[in-house]
Amino acid sequence: MSGPVPGTPVPDVPGPADVAEQHRPATVAATRVAGTERKALNVGRVVLVTGVARQLAGRFVRRVMRDPGVDRVVAVDAVTPEHPLGGAAFVRADIRQPAIGRVLAEHGVDTVVHMDVSATPPAGGGGRTAVKETNVIGTMQLLGACQKCPTVSRVVVRSSTGVYGSAPRDPAVFTETTPPKSLPSGGFAKDVAEVEGYVRGFARRRPDVAVCVLRFANILGPDADSPLAQYFSLPVLPTVLGYDPRLQFVHEDDVLDVLGIASSEPRRGTLNSGTFNIAGDGVLTLSQCARRLGRPTLPLLPPAVTWAGTALRTLGVSDFSPEQIRLLTHGRVVSTVQMRETLGFDPTHTTAETFADFVRHRGPGLLPPAALAAAVDGVAARFGDGVAARTARTVKRRGTAGTRSAG
Amino acid sequence: MADAKVIPFDEDRPRGGAPRTGRRKAPQGAPARPVTPLPGPAGPAAAEPSGPRPGTRAPDPPEAGWSGDGRGPASEAGDGGWERRIAGGLAFLRRRVTGAYEVDEFGFDEELTDQVLMSLLRPLFEKYFRVEVRGVENIPAEGGALVVANHSGTLPLDGLMMQVAVHDHHPAGRHLRLLAADLVFMLPVVSELARKAGHTLACAEDAERLLERGEVVGVMPEGFKGIGKPFGERYKLQRFGRGGFVSTALRAGVPIVPCSIVGAEEIYPMVGNAKTLARLLGFPYFPITPTFPWLGPLGALPLPTKWTIQFGEPIPTDGYAPEAAEDPMLMFNLTDQVREQIQHTLYKLLVRRRSVFF
Repeated sequence: MSGPVPGTPVPDVPGPADVAEQHRPATVAATRVAGTERKALNVGRVVLVTGVARQLAGRFVRRVMRDPGVDRVVAVDAVTPEHPLGGAAFVRADIRQPAIGRVLAEHGVDTVVHMDVSATPPAGGGGRTAVKETNVIGTMQLLGACQKCPTVSRVVVRSSTGVYGSAPRDPAVFTETTPPKSLPSGGFAKDVAEVEGYVRGFARRRPDVAVCVLRFANILGPDADSPLAQYFSLPVLPTVLGYDPRLQFVHEDDVLDVLGIASSEPRRGTLNSGTFNIAGDGVLTLSQCARRLGRPTLPLLPPAVTWAGTALRTLGVSDFSPEQIRLLTHGRVVSTVQMRETLGFDPTHTTAETFADFVRHRGPGLLPPAALAAAVDGVAARFGDGVAARTARTVKRRGTAGTRSAG
Repeated sequence: MADAKVIPFDEDRPRGGAPRTGRRKAPQGAPARPVTPLPGPAGPAAAEPSGPRPGTRAPDPPEAGWSGDGRGPASEAGDGGWERRIAGGLAFLRRRVTGAYEVDEFGFDEELTDQVLMSLLRPLFEKYFRVEVRGVENIPAEGGALVVANHSGTLPLDGLMMQVAVHDHHPAGRHLRLLAADLVFMLPVVSELARKAGHTLACAEDAERLLERGEVVGVMPEGFKGIGKPFGERYKLQRFGRGGFVSTALRAGVPIVPCSIVGAEEIYPMVGNAKTLARLLGFPYFPITPTFPWLGPLGALPLPTKWTIQFGEPIPTDGYAPEAAEDPMLMFNLTDQVREQIQHTLYKLLVRRRSVFF
């Protein structure tokens, strides 16, 4: 590995005084050294966040505003957000238009956090076409603008583990280097695959920019609006008969934490450019999720699931796309070794804890686990006190999550 | 190097000695007693006679598992076996309905496997095929190991029986994690059960991941060539894939335990193969046996053959340099060595076998 000597400024970097003297490391070692130097310079960063009309991006903007190393936050979206942005400068701009380039240049942005890659339509409405346009064309425009903007030194892109697809021929656990068995045929997964393709192209053309792609597992939290969160809000969960997919979740708080790590200088001994899977520890199967959520499942034959999905989509209840059905058939688990060892991020919530938090905020379903547990305890009590006490003891010994979710 | 070693046959078991009672002898020489039936609501009555012998209960997985707290119930066994069983059953039910159990990243549901899936397979293992397990102690008590076995029988019952054999007979109560064909994970119900039983896709990534975690992994490198071969070629080992299992074991530095299964070849004597129908259904073969598909579902009943599963002496792989996994000649040699060893043991077991059914 060779590159410019750490600390050598890249000559062709004009721009505002506060960013002109920043260094443009191109190698791993250089990045680490430059990080410490930069701290000494203590220049405030200018962060641009896209897609801020969504709750999660809005929360991220408010959080970055509190970061002492950040001078200014430019929040961008095509629609005005309904939630406060904590004093960030909101710029109403459509990232699908070339105007985004002017925003970058005007504010002298050095860090771009691209959050406007989403599976669900924005608050303003619009169908799948608008979503796809924003995901793909928006990313193209934004990256094109970044390429032209010399001040940009760091780009963070929100991606999804959907790029791996879900197929029975896939290995049980995907690592960042696992090639997908078949390219996604459509939907959000295809968007993400295309977005990542453009990001790779950008990284090739601007090797001086640190590019970080974060592939998030299913994001859950109090105000998650992902398709899976919508699915779990259905009173009865339609499932694919004969399959019990493995699912992984990541908590919104962890999403914000890891975005914070990715959008700032890497800490000593870590590297925050590259592609990383982000997921909580552990795995839950769909049947487990349904039981912990207290919602009955309705197993359907594969064609019936597709019909049910279409019906739900038409009613606007939930985005039950074909790729969503594939996920609910074969499941998807990713390895988070790189996240821990290279990125240096340890999620605070496991998959099970993330889901428990989600359950707390959604309220009980038709079959609350606490009621079922009480029913079993009732049966135990009818056998006599000895059995009841022993049952309680055994449950406590074996179940760790059980006592919590069952109350 | 490539020559197969002759494995000394089991020392402690007399040849052909009382196969029906001798094979599940408790380690401490406890008197042989009839196998307890499936645990369940009817359990208490059946458990009564074994209640006052707490010392002999520990090695018996169905009971120990059902008690809910693993294998050490001796301290609690005194005060009424039935109470413990009901409590264990209810606690199990309570955890299942509330979803308070754990699965690993492969979808392995240990609790369900121990208490339900193995209990469902056990009658087949003990009563129907009367499997005799030999040399199970060749699987290390801890750490990773790769069990390589021959594959036969039209339906992969041999893999499941091998899993029961390791689960019920290994002194450390280890779980065998089988590597299965992708067809398994395409089929509904089968795929769900396979994942829950701890099986995963037969690919190098999954195998390595399991071995790194220190699991015992079971693989049948013959694949469809072995399981779908005609009856006339029984007990003739097919090509062992491309030897990928050897390089996986080498990379993980785990021993290879050869395993020979006798009896599975005759459960569905495949006399023909309806290739057109198989292609139509997307299966690798469509078996025609003397009874299937002529007798309908009844014809799908396997013949009650007498099985022997012999685990051979482990072949260590930790002595090789890290780059050895990239050496094709060494791979071929080791693959041949494993194959020969399994084939020799098969012949020995066949000579020793008195009849297909007894």
